[in-house]
Amino acid sequence: MTDKDKKEKTPRQPMPEQPAEIRRRNFEEVPLGYPEETAVLEAGRCIQCKSPGCRQGCPVGIDIPGFINRITARDFSGGIRKLKEQNALPAVCGRVCPQESQCESQCILGKKGDPVAIGRLERFLADWERRQSTSDIPDPAPATGKKVAVVGSGPSGLTVAGDLVLKGHKVTVFEAFHKPGGVLLYGIPEFRLPKEILFYEINVLKQMGVEFVMNAVVGKLVSLPELFAQGYDAVYVAVGAGLPHFLGVPGENLIGVYSANEYLTRSNLMKAYLFPQYDTPLVMGKNVVVVGGGNVAMDSARTAMRMGAESVTIVYRRSRQEMPARAEEVHHAEEEGIEFRLLTNPVAFNGDEKGRLVSVTCVQMELGEPDASGRRSPKVIPGSEFTQPTDMAVISVGAGANPLLTSTTPELTLNRRGYIMADQETGKTYMRGVWAGGDIVTGMATVIEAMGAGKKAAKSMHDFLTLGW
Amino acid sequence: MYTILNRRELAMGTVVENVVAAPLIAKKAKPGQFVILRVNETGERIPLTMADTDPEKGTITLIYQVVGKSTALMKSLAVGDGFQDIAGPLGKPTHIEKVGTVVCIGGGTGVAVLHPITRAFKEAGNRVIAICGSRTKDLLILEDAMAAASHECTLCTDDGTCGFHGFGTDVLKDLMEKERIDLVVGIGPVPMMKFVCEVTRKKHIKTLVSLNAIMLDGTGMCGCCRVTVGGKTQFACVDGPEFDGHQVNFDELTQRLAAYRDQERQSMELFEHNQCACGTK
Ligand SMILES: Cc1cc2nc3c(=O)[nH]c(=O)nc-3n(C[C@H](O)[C@H](O)[C@H](O)COP(=O)(O)OP(=O)(O)OC[C@H]3O[C@@H](n4cnc5c(N)ncnc54)[C@H](O)[C@@H]3O)c2cc1C
Ligand SMILES: Cc1cc2nc3c(=O)[nH]c(=O)nc-3n(C[C@H](O)[C@H](O)[C@H](O)COP(=O)(O)OP(=O)(O)OC[C@H]3O[C@@H](n4cnc5c(N)ncnc54)[C@H](O)[C@@H]3O)c2cc1C
Ligand code: SF4
Ligand code: SF4
Ligand code: FES
Repeated sequence: MTDKDKKEKTPRQPMPEQPAEIRRRNFEEVPLGYPEETAVLEAGRCIQCKSPGCRQGCPVGIDIPGFINRITARDFSGGIRKLKEQNALPAVCGRVCPQESQCESQCILGKKGDPVAIGRLERFLADWERRQSTSDIPDPAPATGKKVAVVGSGPSGLTVAGDLVLKGHKVTVFEAFHKPGGVLLYGIPEFRLPKEILFYEINVLKQMGVEFVMNAVVGKLVSLPELFAQGYDAVYVAVGAGLPHFLGVPGENLIGVYSANEYLTRSNLMKAYLFPQYDTPLVMGKNVVVVGGGNVAMDSARTAMRMGAESVTIVYRRSRQEMPARAEEVHHAEEEGIEFRLLTNPVAFNGDEKGRLVSVTCVQMELGEPDASGRRSPKVIPGSEFTQPTDMAVISVGAGANPLLTSTTPELTLNRRGYIMADQETGKTYMRGVWAGGDIVTGMATVIEAMGAGKKAAKSMHDFLTLGW
Repeated sequence: MYTILNRRELAMGTVVENVVAAPLIAKKAKPGQFVILRVNETGERIPLTMADTDPEKGTITLIYQVVGKSTALMKSLAVGDGFQDIAGPLGKPTHIEKVGTVVCIGGGTGVAVLHPITRAFKEAGNRVIAICGSRTKDLLILEDAMAAASHECTLCTDDGTCGFHGFGTDVLKDLMEKERIDLVVGIGPVPMMKFVCEVTRKKHIKTLVSLNAIMLDGTGMCGCCRVTVGGKTQFACVDGPEFDGHQVNFDELTQRLAAYRDQERQSMELFEHNQCACGTK
């Protein structure tokens, strides 16, 4: 028997989860994480490839066999150090990365059977570290005397802040909201990413010397040129893709129709699910319709279920194959009793005399020829219109570039869709001393890609701060 | 924390004025802009227009009517207390220019929002006529400040206890008969703004109104504040809060403002209950 065959005898280890009937009504985390023995067993499945495909699949090129090897040897602190060479937020990425299309999609074991559960192992190490009373916080390099401003505290901004503070620069993060974290805080729900994890990571950054200024709407409170005038030597712009798209159909301004951004911000950031202990209210939908097929739609639907809805239906205009949401999240949503109405598109929201939503009118779709992006574009089936009662709807059909900062900064060059033009390799923009990355450059992508952009930019910014533009 | 440096009650305690230390915002704010604040960790984000700013002293002045839980909680704050968060300045500043004769008409607490705008139009060289209305004498606010900020100031009350007996719009109608008016700025309760627009529409007088839609982030990220203007959806927090009143769908705004009536009542009852139970204030 070859080494490889032996390894494959151990099946991919499942991760314990809260049972669906219970978790659909609470906000606690769904997957519970690997116990130590399970993690070691799963790590043992990795055959330590010489040229590992998994590493190519990770946008930041984590040394995956390297950290997995440490788990097998039960050297967990060694493992976490290996991880952190490339990824400052492993507890986050281990949970929310779409591993099935990134690292795990390239794992050699996936060719014949199931890939190594790289994400779960990453999460295991990060959670292990958090449970230790002493976490070792790296010492920054001697102070360089240079000042860096980071605009936006999402994963991209946090990455730049962490990397540059370690290089000895003085870093200040400016955030429009009253708390840092970006989409990790206000978008992704507690049951997928407990906020305690995020606060822990942000605290580590604070201990390394990063300063956070909240309630700082850059572009309104202070402009980029003013930041330079205040003595900042370089600026990283990572303001995300915070502009909600609506459908543009009649009745969209009825009470009970939300953008996903509003719905999730009310429940996550403002903790409306704890109303009236927390002051922010939320319409309590009994029969909820969520429009869209991405992760954001799944998060909205699962939140509505936890808020006590009797039924939650996801309405998506293409078929299951085209749904951009992670397979795992679709699966979780189904387990929790969320219904899917595929190849369906809303054409109108209907209200009562008080302007409250009472029903939605939809049409059925069929898939036509593949379009430029390779996806088959949906077409309306004539005469297929139907109306379904609903008292709450969440529109989750994507986001665009929020113009608040860019419209007040003419020095930045934007593309046709309003995103900032930045060099792919370095993140340099057309404005001297300014870098940009994450969703405001690429459009809504993933956490790890936003972090990857931050890594590249931090390197280029460090070169600039020490060598010049 | 953003500390309250000065506090006074207006309109028999139904309206409160707080002067708050917020030096960076004070330096940047322009008439017509607002802030979003959060009283404490469990608080909601509520928008309030800056009624005044003092860049030298680093303060902003907020004047708010006590209408529900958050504003009742704010009323209970004393000098030395503060707000956990204040973000701003938000929204587009009022477009101030020399147009000729400007009528600034305010109702209720709307007068507080109107005051810096009135002053700015006067400073820009316009002839400014102010009309301030309320239900009754005791609820009028900022009469002296408005008189100083304008060339002419008419007070009016619904019950005739002070100044003109009737609505501000009656005074406006009268003025429209008597002289040429180039611009009207109307700020107050939604029905009042709607009524002002109906009056000025007949003579095609450009009319600005400030829309108090329910808001959350105030940066155009959530779409919660959407209003229909000229048949198009706009976000009041970034595209406004001021709009051409003749284009605004006021009925939709009125409905959307009632979105959370039940929860607001529940919140207020709980707050009042807790206030009694612990015997403070
Ligand atoms: C509901 C939801 C679920 C998602 N699920 C996943 C998932 O499972 N896996 C995954 O990989 N990705 C997921 N994503 C996508 C991922 O979250 C984003 O790609 C990522 O957060 C982008 O990071 P960023 O740093 O570019 O921007 P953001 O995370 O958007 O952060 C931008 C920050 O900048 C702040 N800001 C904006 N304007 C200003 C200003 N003018 N001044 C100061 N601050 C400002 C914002 O308030 C925000 O805090 C999800 C997104 C959403 C909305
Ligand atoms: C741009 C703007 C500027 C404003 N400026 C002033 C001002 O200078 N002075 C003043 O007295 N009021 C102002 N308001 C209104 C003020 O924000 C509300 O009265 C306040 O939020 C009420 O909160 P509450 O908890 O006390 O009352 P609640 O019981 O929560 O609500 C009472 C009513 O206030 C409105 N309201 C509730 N929550 C919000 C919210 N998050 N955003 C907006 N409106 C809400 C609703 O119509 C509600 O029915 C402004 C509103 C906007 C949008
Ligand atoms: S960061 Fe994401 S893509 Fe990279 S190894 Fe970890 S889970 Fe996989
Ligand atoms: S490709 Fe799979 S088996 Fe090979 S090193 Fe990566 S995780 Fe291990
Ligand atoms: S308040 Fe969120 S977009 Fe205006």
